[in-house]
Amino acid sequence: MTDLPLVKLSGISKAFAGVHALDDVSLSVGRGEIVCLAGENGSGKSTLIKILAGAQGADSGTIEIDGQARGSLHPIEAVRAGIQVIYQDFSLFPNLSVAENIAFNDQLVHGRRLVDKRRNRRIAREALARIGVDMDLDRVVETLPVADKQLVAISRALLHDARLIVMDEPTTALTEREVRALLQVIRKLQKDGVAVLFVSHKLKEIFAVCEKIVVLRNGRKVADGPAREFDLASLTYHMTGRHVTAVELPPAPGEGSAELLRVEDLGRGSQFDGVSFSLRAGEVLGITGLLGSGRTDLAKALFGLAPADRGRIVVGGRPVAITSVKDAIGLGIGYVPEDRLTEGLFLPQAIGRNVAVGILDRFAGRSGVVDRPRLSDAVEGWVRRLKVATPSTALPVQSLSGGNQQRVVLARWLAINPRILILNGPTVGVDVGSKADIHAIIADLAREGLGVIVISDDLPEVLAACHRILVMREGRIIEEVGRDSADEDTLAHRLAS
Amino acid sequence: MRSLFSRNETLVALIIVAFCVVTAIVEPRFLTITTITDLLRNGIVIGIFAIAAMLVLVSGGIDVSFTAIAAFSMYSATKLMIALGVGDQIIVAFLVAAAIGLTLGLINAVFIGTLKLPTLIVTLGTLTAFRGFLLTFVGSQLITNVPPGMRDFARSMIFRGETPGGSFVAVPTATLFLVGAVVLTWFILNRTVLGRSIVAMGGSRESAARVGINVTAMQYFVYGYVGVLSGLAGIVHASLARVANPFDLVGLELQVIAAVVLGGARLTGGHGTITGTLLGVTLIVLINNSLIMLGIPSTWQNVVIGFLILLGTGMPAWQARRRAAASA
Amino acid sequence: MQTPNPSTTADPTASRLASPFRGDPTMARLLAITIAIFVVMSLLKPGLFFTWGNFSSMAFQFPEFAILSLAMMIAMLTGGIDLSVIGLANLSAILAAFVLTAFGPDLAAGGSAFGVIALAVATALAIGAIGGLVNGLIIAVIGIPPILATLGTGLIFTGIAVVLTEGQAVLGFPAAFSVIGNGSIYGIPVPLVIFAVLAVAVAFLLNRTAFGLKLYLMGTNALASRFAGVDNTGLTVRAYLLSGTLASIAGVVLMSRANSAKADYGTSYLLLSILIAVLGGINPYGGFGKVGGLVLAVLSLQFLSSGFNMLQFSNFAKEFIWGALLLLVMVVNGLQFGRTRPRAAAREGGNP
Repeated sequence: MTDLPLVKLSGISKAFAGVHALDDVSLSVGRGEIVCLAGENGSGKSTLIKILAGAQGADSGTIEIDGQARGSLHPIEAVRAGIQVIYQDFSLFPNLSVAENIAFNDQLVHGRRLVDKRRNRRIAREALARIGVDMDLDRVVETLPVADKQLVAISRALLHDARLIVMDEPTTALTEREVRALLQVIRKLQKDGVAVLFVSHKLKEIFAVCEKIVVLRNGRKVADGPAREFDLASLTYHMTGRHVTAVELPPAPGEGSAELLRVEDLGRGSQFDGVSFSLRAGEVLGITGLLGSGRTDLAKALFGLAPADRGRIVVGGRPVAITSVKDAIGLGIGYVPEDRLTEGLFLPQAIGRNVAVGILDRFAGRSGVVDRPRLSDAVEGWVRRLKVATPSTALPVQSLSGGNQQRVVLARWLAINPRILILNGPTVGVDVGSKADIHAIIADLAREGLGVIVISDDLPEVLAACHRILVMREGRIIEEVGRDSADEDTLAHRLAS
Repeated sequence: MRSLFSRNETLVALIIVAFCVVTAIVEPRFLTITTITDLLRNGIVIGIFAIAAMLVLVSGGIDVSFTAIAAFSMYSATKLMIALGVGDQIIVAFLVAAAIGLTLGLINAVFIGTLKLPTLIVTLGTLTAFRGFLLTFVGSQLITNVPPGMRDFARSMIFRGETPGGSFVAVPTATLFLVGAVVLTWFILNRTVLGRSIVAMGGSRESAARVGINVTAMQYFVYGYVGVLSGLAGIVHASLARVANPFDLVGLELQVIAAVVLGGARLTGGHGTITGTLLGVTLIVLINNSLIMLGIPSTWQNVVIGFLILLGTGMPAWQARRRAAASA
Repeated sequence: MQTPNPSTTADPTASRLASPFRGDPTMARLLAITIAIFVVMSLLKPGLFFTWGNFSSMAFQFPEFAILSLAMMIAMLTGGIDLSVIGLANLSAILAAFVLTAFGPDLAAGGSAFGVIALAVATALAIGAIGGLVNGLIIAVIGIPPILATLGTGLIFTGIAVVLTEGQAVLGFPAAFSVIGNGSIYGIPVPLVIFAVLAVAVAFLLNRTAFGLKLYLMGTNALASRFAGVDNTGLTVRAYLLSGTLASIAGVVLMSRANSAKADYGTSYLLLSILIAVLGGINPYGGFGKVGGLVLAVLSLQFLSSGFNMLQFSNFAKEFIWGALLLLVMVVNGLQFGRTRPRAAAREGGNP
């Protein structure tokens, strides 16, 4: 072992259109070291990864690999130097087989001109074996479950004697159990001498796996040190630049509080079955479960996106049928979807239009002609109330940060004046600072008498934000726990066992 | 088995068989070798076009300008051949047409690969621009007296014979161009890293760039290759028709794309096979040439092809939608 | 298009600073181009171009393809395209022509010309609406991509038109029918009036009604609009129905001007309508574009076309220039279209 770091970045700067995405950032990763690169969305993490992978050049600064300085890297050079990046979306080819996906880069690196299928299969088999996985090599990747896609991406990265694997938000699409499996794979890699640069803003994972933590904020490095020198509070402070306090949830509503929603024996296909629960005004109900437990299917059924085919739904004391989104909205049910960027927002459209979409019909009347001044007043009002940080609602929503974008989606639903709001993964991809803000908004909504359903597998989140928690497994509710009677570990155990 | 039946290839093959059986019952004359060689003869140019169009679809783009490239290369090459007095050298025609086709294809590539503009609208633009340039600056007069080299090429046969019934059967040498395009394109797509890179790029351009595939270079290859094939197809067409007509070919492009899509290639990229494409071409050529034998007037051609496009693209689309709804 | 984009500017504040200019750069540029073409042509051929005679003849010429461009625009706003507009325009015209020729002889016997013409126009509109409805259902319900769906239906519409007429022109309309394409009201050409009314109506529909605003949003992100409670299927069907109806109006104007109906009229208008839409700033990926831009694009193309005629350019030369112009406009607008491209850019932009 030498003391020479495997990769050393010094004074890296990069600007886009005059704005610094990275400003004089230095960072080193030793052999077999697990380093965490932490930072909120927009802090410059992704740009740093791209520079490391050779996908983008830096404006200034040097990259040293094994002590050898280089100006910039080409993707193929980065691979030859043993650097592999696993992007958040895995960057696989959906139309190609597992074997071809894994071996593709290898063909390019070796400058091969002809395809050798047998060689590709051998490479793929060996790569999967290294992380102890067995998979059908001929299966087309688009038909694989998410976790398997990630395993394909990891095994692909392990080829070419990878010495540093960069994982960009690797746990976003994974369930708790899959995350644990992934962290084990990472530790196994470390034993084999592979260094890992783990990019994340999920604090728990960071502490679970990392030896060293580097924090970026607004393109600058603000902290760098061994993991044991950080705790939750200090890391949060470094990432956000402010002290975030826990949110006070209003007391759970009593028996006298009106029942907004009751669900009896609800089911749909093989996705969920026999689901019964009730929701009171002023209550925040958590529904947690692993991916595929039926939690999202249940939410979609309540919102009419994929209607239930059996059981009863009672809203405000009256039995109702919810067969379309229109039905759900008519009953005062709003739904904040899981994937904000693709399901929630019209990114290049104005903030105002993003908020207005749900209330256009209400302001249009029978003729279909929208009363624009009144609509605009209503929209501006909601944007102000939710404290969306923007100088104008005419700006495209993609000019906002993740937390503010989520507020726009919330504003859209609050504008329809809902009685029940379903939030599916309300803080996925939202940074720590905004997360607390969104929890505060949820608490406010409950205080105003809304019934809120929070669907999430982020256990600290459901514990912090909900009065009661329903645990789903294999399409059924297996348990109901109060927030005071549960802790994270037992809950996690119940989810998976 | 299920997957076999949900594939477009199978569907198209079944339609072809059904069409042939019904036609043979209605008109026994259909079942002769002459019919097959006629179909083959009529399918050469559209077949080469379809192979080219399929490659573009697989790469994640769409090209509607190839017919204009073919007309441009064909007419210019023929004119040049006459002007240079090398009318008996067919090879000159092919080389010149291929070079012109390559140039025009690379013009497409500049807009698509370098400037990253949407492929459909770019090629609609170049389709019009190439044709307008050809008719304005190169010429708009029919050349009915094609150079002898082209006539000889059209007359040369790889096989010539007579059926027991006494009718002539001949397979023109031009068929070799279709065979060549099929074999070469199949080899590139399935056996070379270049071809796999094109397929991969069609599946996900972002991922392709990240593993180190030079996406722009791939697009230059694809559109250049299509240009060359189109240029060659143009000369084959003029030779077989024994006339170089600058107004020819343009207008075929949507039919060719219809054939390719019927064969299972997807507009979203990354999917498409040679077998499917050839089946699609066979079906379109059958309809264009043999509908009349079924007792359906040829004025119905467009209607039938239109319905087939809707059927061929509608079945998989509907199945995909049903699957998505069930798992939503 | 008021869409400064963080994916290229990296910092939201940068785009904020850039946009106090609330004007629309694409529209401003287009207006400048239109005026420039007008001035250049007027200077080149003052005695020919800058005359009432020419203005009037231009005002008779452009409405038919301008109305087709409106039809194309609606389809493109949804993120689709309508390749069947010409086929549907001709099919509608041919059926209207059948009505005219069938009842025409009655006129000699003292029937009402107005009644027959109204019936013919109603027939055309109905065919346009039905054709558009079919397009919409195939696209929204079955799920065939718009380009293939309308390629297929376009062939069918044209095919039916060929079958019905055996490829021949349908002639012999009552004299009064030519008013639609060739008449004037107070000196203003009727086709211009028709186009103006339609343009204002479509602009109103797009900007002031729930239908229009939802159309823009769905065109930007269909998945998000479904999750926001928008009825995408119904919206798409209505959009293509509108597109088809507009196409049939274009068909009626076209047939009145030609005083005949034929299956292959106006085939060069398909490219022209796409060119106009793109030139007018309609984003081919959907969700952005204004009627005002479309009108300016129509005018500048008509000025060019008319000027080229006076400069004795051949039709082929014009074809070349249209194609080249389409490419040029795309290159100039290219960055914008690239930027507002749906997912890839957006994802990247989220985390610079």
